[in-house]
Amino acid sequence: MGSIKGRLGALRRSGQELLDSGEAERLLGGSVLFTKVESVVNWARKYSFFLYPFVTACCGMEFMSVAGPKYDLDRFGAALPRFSPRQADLLMVVGTISHKQAPVLVKVYNQMTEPKWVFAFGVCAVSGGFYDNYATVQGIDTLIPVDVYVPGCPPRPEMVIDGLMKLQEKVAQERWSDWPRGAAPVTDEAKLTEC
Amino acid sequence: MDASVTLQRLTERFGDSILETHSYRGDDTAVVKKEDIVALCTFLRDDGKLLYNFMMDLTAVDYLGREPRFEVVYHLYSLRYNRRVRIKAGVPESDCSIDSIVPVWIAADWFEREVFDLYGIAFNGHPDLRRLLLYEGFEGHPLRKDYPVKKRQPLIGPIN
Repeated sequence: MGSIKGRLGALRRSGQELLDSGEAERLLGGSVLFTKVESVVNWARKYSFFLYPFVTACCGMEFMSVAGPKYDLDRFGAALPRFSPRQADLLMVVGTISHKQAPVLVKVYNQMTEPKWVFAFGVCAVSGGFYDNYATVQGIDTLIPVDVYVPGCPPRPEMVIDGLMKLQEKVAQERWSDWPRGAAPVTDEAKLTEC
Repeated sequence: MDASVTLQRLTERFGDSILETHSYRGDDTAVVKKEDIVALCTFLRDDGKLLYNFMMDLTAVDYLGREPRFEVVYHLYSLRYNRRVRIKAGVPESDCSIDSIVPVWIAADWFEREVFDLYGIAFNGHPDLRRLLLYEGFEGHPLRKDYPVKKRQPLIGPIN
């Protein structure tokens, strides 16, 4: 076995390999951890979503089910609903959004501090669902950016959990440069004109 | 039949204004001219043998292609005599308005606003004729039969 210096030198050719293998930590006696700040922060973020449940319709029952002890969103660190958008970083839009409600939703979104994510819960939030009529917003992505779409009427708790895990994967891959994203654009003319 | 007292009294008092009456299965109905609606409602409310003191419902129907196109429908109830009557008043598209009955029953206020909102029928003399369910800036009246099913409304901006 050569000196530490010699072994590090041999590994220097592939720095990523050195980090991934854990070899460097072992060489330094396990008291030092090499990682990227981005990875650590994303790891922390993805396991501590603070929800803001924007519950407007029957999907709310399914949300209660998935948040309750049987399916238990807390296993994923997403169980603490905040009742002020300023304390939340995950906006769960649960149910139908009418045009009259649209400015309220946009205001709530814009009040949340960044980084923040949006979860479209149920087919009404995703696309308007079968409410293809004069009163309903045809998908909340005409108002605010959406990270995860979970269709279903209402979605099964398993689907919600799957969606949340997809969001965790997404958060784990974010870069510093992804934030801040700024206030939501209110009107997407392209989406309005297509009929 | 006891229930048709209402229609008899109405016909005696407003003979020329009553276009049609029927009482199918005891549902008293009078189709009337829209010009006399306030006088007629006042009579229904105040006449000692009628006393229709409860305006239960006010709505409208769009018979697209028929003349008059719209029909405003009033459902009244007499708590004193336990009687109901339905009054219908035709409203043509060319003169899309009818006199407000808020001075007779104040409960008609929001009903008339709703009909104005969804059918675009104006109520003359209404104290505050604004949209009730939809928002300012909504284009058209969605319960009209010729409202385009796929029409998209301009989204409203955030508050402030």
